Amino acid sequence: MVFRIFFIIVVSLFSNQLFSQDISANKILEKIDANLSSDNQVITSKMVIHGKRGKRTIESKSWTEGTEKSFTEYLAPAREKGTKMLKLGDQLWMYSPGTDRTIQISGHMLRQSVMGSDLSYEDMMEDDKLHEAYNAEIVGTDTLGNSICWILELTTSEKELAYPKRKLWADKQKFIPLREELYAKSGKLLKRVDLKDVKSIDGRWYPTKMIFKDVLKEGKGTEFIVDDIKFNQDIPGYIFSKASLRK
Amino acid sequence: MFKFLLKGILRDHHRSLFPVIIVVIGVSLTVLAFCWINGILGDMIDFNAKYSTGHVKIISRSYEENMDQMPVELALGNVNELLAKVQRENPDMEWVERIQFGGLIDAPDENGETRAQGPAVGLAIDLLSSDTKEVKRLNLKKSLVNGRVPEQNGEILISNDLAKKLKISPGQTVTLMTSTLYGSMAMQNYVVVGTIKFGITAMDKGAMIMDISDAKYVMDMQDDASEILGYFSNGIYNDKLATKVKTKFNSAYSDSTGEFAPVMLKLKDQNELASMLDYISRMVGIFISVFVLAMSIVLWNAGLLGGLRRYGEMGLRLAIGELKGRVYRSLIYESIIVGFIGSVIGTIIGLGVAYYLQEVGLDFSDLMQGATVLWPGVFRAKITVPAYYIGFIPGLISTVIGTMLSGIGIYKRQTAQLFKELET
Repeated sequence: MVFRIFFIIVVSLFSNQLFSQDISANKILEKIDANLSSDNQVITSKMVIHGKRGKRTIESKSWTEGTEKSFTEYLAPAREKGTKMLKLGDQLWMYSPGTDRTIQISGHMLRQSVMGSDLSYEDMMEDDKLHEAYNAEIVGTDTLGNSICWILELTTSEKELAYPKRKLWADKQKFIPLREELYAKSGKLLKRVDLKDVKSIDGRWYPTKMIFKDVLKEGKGTEFIVDDIKFNQDIPGYIFSKASLRK
Repeated sequence: MFKFLLKGILRDHHRSLFPVIIVVIGVSLTVLAFCWINGILGDMIDFNAKYSTGHVKIISRSYEENMDQMPVELALGNVNELLAKVQRENPDMEWVERIQFGGLIDAPDENGETRAQGPAVGLAIDLLSSDTKEVKRLNLKKSLVNGRVPEQNGEILISNDLAKKLKISPGQTVTLMTSTLYGSMAMQNYVVVGTIKFGITAMDKGAMIMDISDAKYVMDMQDDASEILGYFSNGIYNDKLATKVKTKFNSAYSDSTGEFAPVMLKLKDQNELASMLDYISRMVGIFISVFVLAMSIVLWNAGLLGGLRRYGEMGLRLAIGELKGRVYRSLIYESIIVGFIGSVIGTIIGLGVAYYLQEVGLDFSDLMQGATVLWPGVFRAKITVPAYYIGFIPGLISTVIGTMLSGIGIYKRQTAQLFKELET
């Protein structure tokens, strides 16, 4: 009898903590941002593009500082090697070694695919912290794999954002999004992202595999695989300059 | 008889002048309209065939669905094998591979920074092979405004309008930004060696011409091309023959279900040309029919007026015993001579104006902005063999019909009354 009462108390306490929706949606976003964002990070990754004409793998290394500065250098394949991209605020430059030219990507070109993947340049530009850019509301719960998730609906009135509406499945235990649906202002679904292989890195949870699917595009999506990620590194300032593109 | 009638027509101007003037006006307008429409249609078919559609074209099935967007990523594969096959099966035709693509031309300043950018519609053709016919087919040398035709890899031509807009002159290097077969962004430097003006509004806005090997390199295409075009050896589109070639080719691939399986289209299947050509043909038919009808009515009226004026003459001829049928026939013979004279003069005038419009043309390029079909900016007439006789059809038919209608009155005259009429 005593054991039964003890069990009920423990279970109810446990379930209250895990499944209560007392936590606000914005607080969930803050915790997600705490996992995904850092002062700076250096990522070595590969993008596996499952296109209509077969599979291609593109390797790159990125240096990111806050939400405003980012520098990416493509390492492989040979055709893409040496191509570099620099993001400073809302501006994006691309350097191609074949032409030795640095060209600013702007306007409609930002919506173009990066290396034929399901990601656009606009996607790469968007590093804003979710809790600062969106208003969130919990609209339900769901189970993805073995993880119980909140379903959050994110909306914004900021015109500059590529996706005015998002739907996000947030792991209740790890505060990591496990799935995202990205919508246009009209409500049309544009992209779906599945985040997998969540690992504990430097005391935070981080998904090391993301599968992007542009639903308006044929093909089987693009896997973004994080081979190595280091947070809060000592990144020299010159990296985030146009001069470094030609180095 | 003929000599007699001709003398009468020439000596009695009142008898022939008005009908001849009517026939001259009608015939000259008919000849001019025929040459004008013939010129525009011919140019449209010719331009579309040479620059865009070929007489037949092979593309992938997916490409066909999105052809307006020129999707490089949906290009045909195994092009060399496909080319060999169609050349083997149709040895009388010439087959060429081409790539049409969209891109952005970026002109740098002295520091290598972007000075100006503009969208370009790229056309990659065989410019550099020793036996290429593409330079002649696209009339590139005559279309040059400045500079020369590319002679080696890395050289391109751009439209004169685009060059002016971006302030580029021959000898300058520009960067092309486009996408590869796999959807990646691609950048490549090229030297602009010449500027061109085709006189086709859709192309003069922002055309860029490069060698196909350059395009394949930048777009990461190995054995691929957007399209394979086929041309009949005489350079003239033949719809029946094109249908035959297309049917044979497509039946060989009818079981292929892949999105990159090849499919052949004929010229009329593309750019909405079939409906446009059929519509214009119908309009030409209606135009000529209405013209013949209107001229017949006018000449009928002229015949009636002439009949009234020659009432006495007819009466006298009948009174002295000439048969009604003979008088009626002589009027018809007379009308044939009038129609012939009017048709000859009308054809000469019509051909003269048509020749002027053939050489000079009328510039409608401002009205052609945004046209999807390759219309010539300058509309020109074209004098062909039928133009020398087409005017005789309405010219002779309308005069004869007009005379036949007005001459019926001869049969209503009563022989018994003729002398009484003559006395009065």
